[in-house]
Order: sequence, then structure tokens, then C-alpha cells
Amino acid sequence: MLEIIVVAFLAVGIFFMVVGAVGLLRFPDFYTRLHATGKCDTLGEVLIIVGLLLYHLFHYSETPLVCVKLLFLILFIFITNPTATYALMRSAYKTGVKPWKLGDERQ
Amino acid sequence: MDILLKVFLAVGLLIAFTILLCTYRAVVGPGIFNRVIAVNVIGTKTIVLLVLIGYYFERPMFFDIALLYAMLNFIATLIFAKYVQKGDLCSR
Repeated sequence: MLEIIVVAFLAVGIFFMVVGAVGLLRFPDFYTRLHATGKCDTLGEVLIIVGLLLYHLFHYSETPLVCVKLLFLILFIFITNPTATYALMRSAYKTGVKPWKLGDERQ
Repeated sequence: MDILLKVFLAVGLLIAFTILLCTYRAVVGPGIFNRVIAVNVIGTKTIVLLVLIGYYFERPMFFDIALLYAMLNFIATLIFAKYVQKGDLCSR
């Protein structure tokens, strides 16, 4: 039962990460690529680390401090990854990167 | 639990494959910002890869390395955004 839950978390997480990578490759300009990776990567990584946290909680229950480390990692990813996306987007907008419109050439 | 270790190996290889896909954008991508988001995404994927390596080889110190790598990647991205926008690192 535990194996099924952990594998389900890992599978959904890796699905989101692959979708984010494909979006980074295929979208036409900078802002849409940032849109693809900023959300898919955050969710995929958090899901994979939650799966590993459950695995650790049931399999290595004699060292509970590592669970706290993984919880800090989840919290940190949830705070920092959208902040980095926001900072990059703001920097690009103030520097003067134009958004892509329909009919323009793909960058 | 031996099956789950093989699943961890497969997930790690898939993450390495997505890192390879992002490397294309980091090398080819037009302009400096596309390269920076590709490098940021590679860094955040590496965090998960480090945690998986820690479980696969049963080395608990890799979790500390993953925490450190998360902080370094975040600060590098922020510093880069500020440097490109303002032109130097010390101005407000």
C-alpha cells in the first residue's frame, strides 16, 4: 500500500516536470516559457519530495530529523521558486523584452 | 523495498533526461533571459536529483547538500536579475 502511494506521488511529480521541460522548449517567447516552468517545476518537485517524505516516514522511522529537513526543503521551494520567477519577469519587463503577439516570428 | 529503490533510479534517470532537454534551451536560447531561466530550472531539478541520490546510495548527507543548493540557486537567480536590470550590484 505504501509503495503504491509513493509511486503515485513520484509519477505525478515526474509528469509535471516533463511537462515543464517541454513547455520550456516549445513556447514562443520568454514570458510564456517562464509561465510554463514557474508553476510546473514547483508543483512537480514538491510532489516528488512529499513522496520521498512518506517513504522516509515509514521505512526509516528511527531518524525523524531527516523528515524535518525535507519539510524545510518543501517550504523553501514553495517560497523561493515563485519569488525567483517574479524577479526574473520583473527584470525582463523593465529591461524591455517585448511580449510575443500572434503573427510574430517565434523567438 | 527493493522495488522502490529501482523506481527511484528510474525517476532519477527521467529527471536527468529533462535536465538534458533544458540544456538545449540554455545553450541555444536567444537572448540572455532564456538562458537564465533554463539554468534556474536545471538548478531546481538538481535539488530533487540530490535527494533521490541520497536515498538510492543511502547517504543522508545529501539532504543537507540539497538544502544548500536550493539557497545558492535562489540567490544566484535574484542577483542575476538585479544585475541585468540595474547594471551593478550595489545600487538600490
